[in-house]
Amino acid sequence: MADTRYTKDHEYIRIEGDTGIVGITSYAQEQLGDVVFVELPSVGKKVDQGAEAAVVESVKAASEIYAPVAGEVVAVNDALESAPGTVNEDPTGSGWFMKIRIADSSQLNGLMSEADYKAYLDTLS
Amino acid sequence: MRYLPHSDTERADMLAAIGVGAIDDLFTGVPADKMLKGPVNLPRRKSELEVARILGSLAAKNVPASTVPFFVGAGAYKHHVPATVDHLIQRSEFLTSYTPYQPEIAQGTLQYLFEFQTQVATLTGMDVANASMYDGSTACGEAVLMAHRVTKRNKAILSGGLHPHYAEVVETLSYMANDRVMRLPADVKAAEDIIALIDNETSCVVVQTPDVFGNLRNLRAIADACHAKGALLIAVFTEAVSLGLVTPPGAMGADIVVGEGQSIGNALNFGGPYVGLFATKSQYVRQMPGRLCGETVDAEGRRGFVLTLSTREQHIRRDKATSNICTNSGLCSLAFTAHMTLLGSEGLARLARINHAHAVKLADMLANVKGVEVLNQSFFNEFTLKLGKPAASVVEALAAKKILAGVPVSRLLPGAGLDDLLILASTEVNTDEDRAILVAALKEVL
Amino acid sequence: MLNRQGRPSQAGESGMNSAKTFTGNRALEQVEPLLFEIGRLETTGVDLDEPQAFTPRLGGLERQDGIGLPGLSEPETMRHFVRLSQKNYAIDTGIFPLGSCTMKHNPRLNEAMARLPGFADIHPLQPQSTVQGALDLIAQLKEWLKELTGMPDVDMTPKAGAHGELSGMMAIKAAIIAKGEAATRTVVLVPESAHGTNPATAALIGFTVKPVPARENGLVHIDDVKALLGPDIAAIMLTNPNTCGLFEKDIVAIADAVHEAGAFFYCDGANFNAIVGKVRPGDLGVDAMHINLHKTFSTPHGGGGPGAGPVVLSARLAAFAPLPLLEKNGNGFALCESEKTAEARGAHPYGRITAFQGQMGMFVRAFSYMLSHGADGMRQASEDAVLNANYIRAGLRDLMSQPFGDKPCMHEALFDDQWLKETGVTTLDFAKAMIDEGFHPMTMYFPLVVHGAMLIEPTESESKASLDLFVAALRDLAMAAKAGDTERFTQAPRLAPRRRLDETLAARKPVLKWVPPVPLSEAAE
Repeated sequence: MADTRYTKDHEYIRIEGDTGIVGITSYAQEQLGDVVFVELPSVGKKVDQGAEAAVVESVKAASEIYAPVAGEVVAVNDALESAPGTVNEDPTGSGWFMKIRIADSSQLNGLMSEADYKAYLDTLS
Repeated sequence: MRYLPHSDTERADMLAAIGVGAIDDLFTGVPADKMLKGPVNLPRRKSELEVARILGSLAAKNVPASTVPFFVGAGAYKHHVPATVDHLIQRSEFLTSYTPYQPEIAQGTLQYLFEFQTQVATLTGMDVANASMYDGSTACGEAVLMAHRVTKRNKAILSGGLHPHYAEVVETLSYMANDRVMRLPADVKAAEDIIALIDNETSCVVVQTPDVFGNLRNLRAIADACHAKGALLIAVFTEAVSLGLVTPPGAMGADIVVGEGQSIGNALNFGGPYVGLFATKSQYVRQMPGRLCGETVDAEGRRGFVLTLSTREQHIRRDKATSNICTNSGLCSLAFTAHMTLLGSEGLARLARINHAHAVKLADMLANVKGVEVLNQSFFNEFTLKLGKPAASVVEALAAKKILAGVPVSRLLPGAGLDDLLILASTEVNTDEDRAILVAALKEVL
Repeated sequence: MLNRQGRPSQAGESGMNSAKTFTGNRALEQVEPLLFEIGRLETTGVDLDEPQAFTPRLGGLERQDGIGLPGLSEPETMRHFVRLSQKNYAIDTGIFPLGSCTMKHNPRLNEAMARLPGFADIHPLQPQSTVQGALDLIAQLKEWLKELTGMPDVDMTPKAGAHGELSGMMAIKAAIIAKGEAATRTVVLVPESAHGTNPATAALIGFTVKPVPARENGLVHIDDVKALLGPDIAAIMLTNPNTCGLFEKDIVAIADAVHEAGAFFYCDGANFNAIVGKVRPGDLGVDAMHINLHKTFSTPHGGGGPGAGPVVLSARLAAFAPLPLLEKNGNGFALCESEKTAEARGAHPYGRITAFQGQMGMFVRAFSYMLSHGADGMRQASEDAVLNANYIRAGLRDLMSQPFGDKPCMHEALFDDQWLKETGVTTLDFAKAMIDEGFHPMTMYFPLVVHGAMLIEPTESESKASLDLFVAALRDLAMAAKAGDTERFTQAPRLAPRRRLDETLAARKPVLKWVPPVPLSEAAE
């Protein structure tokens, strides 16, 4: 029943009740190449929609991860610290970044559905 | 011109191959009215012999340290550098190579950087060191900026024992970056109570040991006080040889250690090039400025080295980089590493004991001179004298007698009311005769 | 068009066996362990006598543990580092065409001059009466730099190019503060093609960076700058000749517009070597420009420094140059080291950026180079640098693609990877294949605005024969890539001391120093 929404910056948010699991899409991890480090926010941090919430680094690039919606960070995936490659191997599963308690669920309506996101990817190639 | 291989015929052939008639046809992007019509108003080219004469005559107007009894320190020190070191840094493959951006053909540079990082981390008692900074003073400035990033605060407290030029570098950077800095007044006798000033807004405390006046400072209590308030302790040194004999800052709880590495392997060079040392704890490595070399394997599984954690750096992170630094001090770090390799633990410890012994001997001799007071309770190879008259004039009078006697505090801290203080260093290069000459001459000019 | 991803970093598949020898050595190429693996804790390569017994005065701060750094004897030290040196490529061994880096010949006369005791063995704080020759040299070097740039003053203190940028931008900020505009002028314009140091420098001292878009022709357009100018703009940082190897033809108009808007023009002088003696930055409206002595004036790069980055300053900025200031008085030369003294003379130094007076060792080398060349030689060097770059461009233009069309470049020729499309070969692969041919690769993936960029800067030091071989080899490689011989590229380098290195592993599990395999008895507490 989990509904997943997407941003143009290739973050996803998988909605679970009033919280959402945030990570980067498979397309994004492929573009980045081998992820070597993920800088996660601290639990309890309040983020605005579109604000920088994390940083993901490959050998040659660092990219900011923006919060898809406003809210409070209620959990982060500490396992990425010792195994950043998980982001490449399983980006939408065990390679998640953080869990956000969604402040305003209406913001989700501005994000792309899975079908929309697929169509968006087609425009990029 | 001896450095330019082409003959005029070759130049003409090349222009023809490119498909233009004259060299200026390749400068068509330059606004025509701004092009110079002929050579600038400077002399024409000179032979090796002529250049050597000109520069030789300028060099001859200076007084080299090795030609006189020499006791000048306060941030740069005269040490003997083994001949091997200067030979090695003039190897073409080191001297004329670039930053190791192509690691497959730069393993020589990368491996010595890895060895350098190991030596610096070990000497300072820290987990990791970078591949060097420009010099000790800029390393100090970068350390403060790094502490701000780590603590997300922006107030630095600078000890009054910090080299005044280092303090000015930090003050300048802080002023420009809109950070706060509290610089304590000159603390000649290491008596300041810096702990009382640390509050919850303090990002870092910067303490030098041996300090600019030569005093050794115990950092443990300061480190504890910093950590209790969530601040970092930045330890600074300007005399790297001291690490052979005194407790390293890492063992006293420092979070970042920076210093000048010139003493090991590098000449005085009138202030540069030198080599800044920068070490910290593992947990802060991603906030570190400068280049880092790391171990890895190649496609056949053989050990090799590469520049790593580059995403901190300006060429990738641009305006979000940890520093704008690009070049480090590669060849000077090679000089450091080669000299340190020759010394080893044994040699460094002994060199440090000799330095300390020479300074103790000199201090005892000077303490017996009328009108001279040695202010230090503790010191390594440098200490401060209180003279009955302005130290600057004493130094000039001694220079006229071909003795370079030290640094007047008034040169570092003009207007601080410390004009009668003189900082003297005594290293392994000083002989008993040097010391006797200095003491005798000082008696005359005082 | 924009290359945002950086370059790939995958290690190639193993495709070539190491030579099978008992030692692992391959004739002249020796395996060399870390010095810590061959050193011993008790070994030292210096002869020092233990001092006579004395009472230490260390205030109870004696080192308690052993230092834990193995040493080597002198012959072992020599062999260790000479063997390491043999694993390095260098200008002295072949063409080093790194665009933007200017790897020209490093004359050994310069090394000899810098080692004269009168320059190398003097202390930055010894009495100024005893260093008059050194101060004289700095003063003369300043005059030469002023003449070559057409600028009225030089700050000699910066330790490297990026440090010079910092000093120049600090002078600009000080001037803005002096005008009372610090609160409003907070934005610095930086073209997308700029060196990473430009935005990093501006951000370091509290400016916000706003990018200026790159045009199709690789140049910054005056209209784009004008559209961004306003009362919030502190400065523009523009590289000229730019990182695409082109002279910014609108530069005078840009300078005028920037000045009209009350802002300053910082020029990144990394590529000054293309125009020395041909055109002067001071005639183009520049307010501040650093000069990399290790690029333009041949001081050695030393495997990544030390450099030197004096900054020339316009009349509007000269008064804000940092301490120490060099001045001439009745007795000769003197260093003004205090703000108070400087203020009394009408100067307003913004502060200090380094402990002493700059990179003297580099000043001597650079001045030795300038004296050797003279006005005529430096102009010829610039012309030859531009000639050589265009000769390479002309030799490759039918096989490789130029992002901005077939037109003359300055001192470096820029290609993109359009021509490699569908070959299965990337810019990185192409560069690594150059290594097997005995060349150092060109700068790749920079400037960022060009996809798969290959930036080739041969410098004036290369002979025509050297350039002909280089061009012939690159043509052979280019044709092989187009012919589908991808293995020559994806497996490269095969003949270097190391194959491709695993940068991902290095970054994921950083090993940044040697750790003793077993605890050293000395290190145990």
